[in-house]
Amino acid sequence: MTARLELPHAGEDLAMLEATWAEPRGFVGWCTHVDHKSIGRRYLVTAFAYFLVGGALAGLMRLQLSRPDNTWIGPDLYNQIFTTHGTTMMFLFAVPVMQALGVYFVPLMVGARGIAFPRLIAFSYWMYLFGGLFLFTSFLLNAGPDAGWFAYPPLTETLYSPSKRADVWAQLITFTEVASLAVAVSLITTVFKMRAPGMTLNRIPIFVWAQVVTSFMVLFAMPAVMLASTALILDRLVNTHFFDVEHAGDALLWQHLFWFFGHPEVYIIFIPGAGLVSMIITTFSRRHMFGYLAVVLSLVSTAFMGFGLWVHHMFATGLPQLGESFFTAASIMIAIPTGIQIFCWIATMWSGRIFVRTPMLWVLGFFAIFVCGGLSGVMLAAVPLNIQVHDTFFVVAHLHYVLIGGAIFPLFGAYYYWFPKITGRMLSERLGQSVFGLFFVGFNLTFFPMHVLGLHGMPRRVYTYPAALGWGSLNLAASIGALLMGFGVIVFIVDALRALRAGEVAADNPWGAGTLEWATSSPPPNSNFLRPPTVGGREPLWDNPVDQPTVVGLRADVRDVLVTHVLDAEPDHRVEFPEPSLWPLLTAIATTTMFIWSIFTPWGVVYGSVPVFIAMVGWFWPHRPDEGGTQPWPIRHRTLPLPNEAPASGGVI
Amino acid sequence: MSAPRTLDVGALPPGAFGSRSLMWWGTMGIVVIESTVFALAIAAYFFFRTRLPAWPPDGVAPPDLRWGTINTIVLVASCLPNQLAKRAGEHVNLRGVRIWMLVCLAFGVVFNVLRAYEFQHLNVLWDHDAYGSIVWVLLGLHTTHIVTDFLDTAVLAALMFIGPIEEKRFIDVEENSAYWYFVVLAWLPIYGVIYWAPRLM
Repeated sequence: MTARLELPHAGEDLAMLEATWAEPRGFVGWCTHVDHKSIGRRYLVTAFAYFLVGGALAGLMRLQLSRPDNTWIGPDLYNQIFTTHGTTMMFLFAVPVMQALGVYFVPLMVGARGIAFPRLIAFSYWMYLFGGLFLFTSFLLNAGPDAGWFAYPPLTETLYSPSKRADVWAQLITFTEVASLAVAVSLITTVFKMRAPGMTLNRIPIFVWAQVVTSFMVLFAMPAVMLASTALILDRLVNTHFFDVEHAGDALLWQHLFWFFGHPEVYIIFIPGAGLVSMIITTFSRRHMFGYLAVVLSLVSTAFMGFGLWVHHMFATGLPQLGESFFTAASIMIAIPTGIQIFCWIATMWSGRIFVRTPMLWVLGFFAIFVCGGLSGVMLAAVPLNIQVHDTFFVVAHLHYVLIGGAIFPLFGAYYYWFPKITGRMLSERLGQSVFGLFFVGFNLTFFPMHVLGLHGMPRRVYTYPAALGWGSLNLAASIGALLMGFGVIVFIVDALRALRAGEVAADNPWGAGTLEWATSSPPPNSNFLRPPTVGGREPLWDNPVDQPTVVGLRADVRDVLVTHVLDAEPDHRVEFPEPSLWPLLTAIATTTMFIWSIFTPWGVVYGSVPVFIAMVGWFWPHRPDEGGTQPWPIRHRTLPLPNEAPASGGVI
Repeated sequence: MSAPRTLDVGALPPGAFGSRSLMWWGTMGIVVIESTVFALAIAAYFFFRTRLPAWPPDGVAPPDLRWGTINTIVLVASCLPNQLAKRAGEHVNLRGVRIWMLVCLAFGVVFNVLRAYEFQHLNVLWDHDAYGSIVWVLLGLHTTHIVTDFLDTAVLAALMFIGPIEEKRFIDVEENSAYWYFVVLAWLPIYGVIYWAPRLM
């Protein structure tokens, strides 16, 4: 950063630029932040806190199951615990934490000064925060959802779930999906319209591709669960009959809608994980990704195929055999793009110069665990085996191998990889290896025995089991493993807190990586890049020639950002970004009120929408005339040529 | 050492219309999300259809054609002032924007009122059976869109009269018109399903 400040013509301008992009201080100021780094940090911290809550609930379950005939936790509370655990991990942790990484890093990785629609991102965060608080408050009030994370009717219909527990689940879905959809729209726009000049489509970092692909999946998958949960609320609130067989409804409609969302959801969690793996492997193998195009196309084809598998969650419902065969074939086929990626990763490492640091350890752990999870997935795709182990601990083992292996291991790798960029401090290598060791051993000790338990017939979602069945020792092993994992997470938290206060100060690019987030200081300045970069290769920091130009001409007195073309990122026009604002928070409070109110009466939607409307008008209404508006604004104008195609004299001062 | 090379973007305009603008991408994101909701609701309608021998079930009469058809004509006709408002926006023509947005709003009043008649002539209530539920949800989903689109347009029109008017508001006018097209186009398959599927299937 200091080197850049000493550039000619710096000084005044850069101080003003940093002041323009600074976020207000104080509590009220804190509530008005719209900067993607500030919101991204909050998103990450909140998601991690929800992860700890979900993990604590898992710990309670393992405590209860650690010995046969245990009565510490009764069946009613146990139902709430496993439902809240699953709901938290899927809706409040796994998806949002990946999107949080996108909110923080995608603008930096594409060389932009901000994220598209910054106030929408702020609104998204508040909805996410309030949704989580709503779920945990309900849980503490003995109103936690208790019908499984997929909330199947008829169990969730009023007849069998007369309390508000099912409504809490359904409305939590609305909170998280609103938040998630907002992030998806922002990320797609940011990646397609705000890339640094020269970052053509085939130079986009693979992690950024993964975020785009995931965002598109969110757009098509999340509406299904919103429609389903809305129909469930309507059934419970105003006596519609969507899932009521006695009035021509059908509970299977729920399963179709839910899994049309639910299976893509697995890939919404895994694809960013795969993006993280590609990124970390590239950096720590010291070479460009082998088979970049194949990897990107694998991500895209995984996304398409991910929408054609949902029925394999419904094999036990007695669907026509032809349909089952089709979905078996599709479920096996999706192993192909994943396999392509794995071979590309292996080829990258094989031909690179690997150096192993903690982020790379987590990636190596990912390989071992995710491949196991993938293999049990291919087994489950076969109808006979699927029906045999349906609703047993074999499925629990499989889904944790896939999700923890495919997402949490790369995620911890990313925590270690990016912690220096976010905080300016290094995490400890030595402690990092201990955390990895504890988590890896603990994970396998917890979940491997569950395969065996499932094959022995132990069903999911039981709060206890008789000693005579002989499941005691494997369950005890699983509980000890959970303890190890929990201990690993505690060491991680201690190390993170230590590093924040007294960690080794991080360099701008401590790993010698090639992507643009490392082209700026650690942590990044308010404006992300004092001199916005242009891009001359797939890994700009490795490939850019020494005289690669930087962008000048963006105003320093307003939040001016550059908009570029979709395909080749030629500079097109500039846009003034909004200032910090309290309205996203106010709108989120109004929306939260409406959502919670509507659990109790349909009029909550009618009356509750009035404050939402008022808040949105306040959000939209401009407060001052636009200072940039006096410039001439030709409707058709020529865009600038790319920097590396510009004539040598054209771009030189 | 010579001065570092730079790419000067200072002369680029502060905004652009159509798919070049960020607003277009945001609007299309919303359109994709809501189209998916409509498509899935229609899929649910036909899912119920496959489960029953007769449609509508229980000897319920299909919805009356009159109000729905009149409203379809009104909605399609509103595309004309909508297009003129869009074009006025693209030409940064404040007078044209004001006039045609007001005409759009007049259409909005008519089709929202007609919608109330449509609900009264569905010939089934939402709590009668699953057929009634999905018909009400389909019509209700679209009604949410015409109500909110009317309110959006009213707020934007008010801004174009009261100010402060910035040039980038003309992009909003254009995108508001694009969204209006979506609301009208989304209605056509829903009209077909609600009013014609019970007669043809």
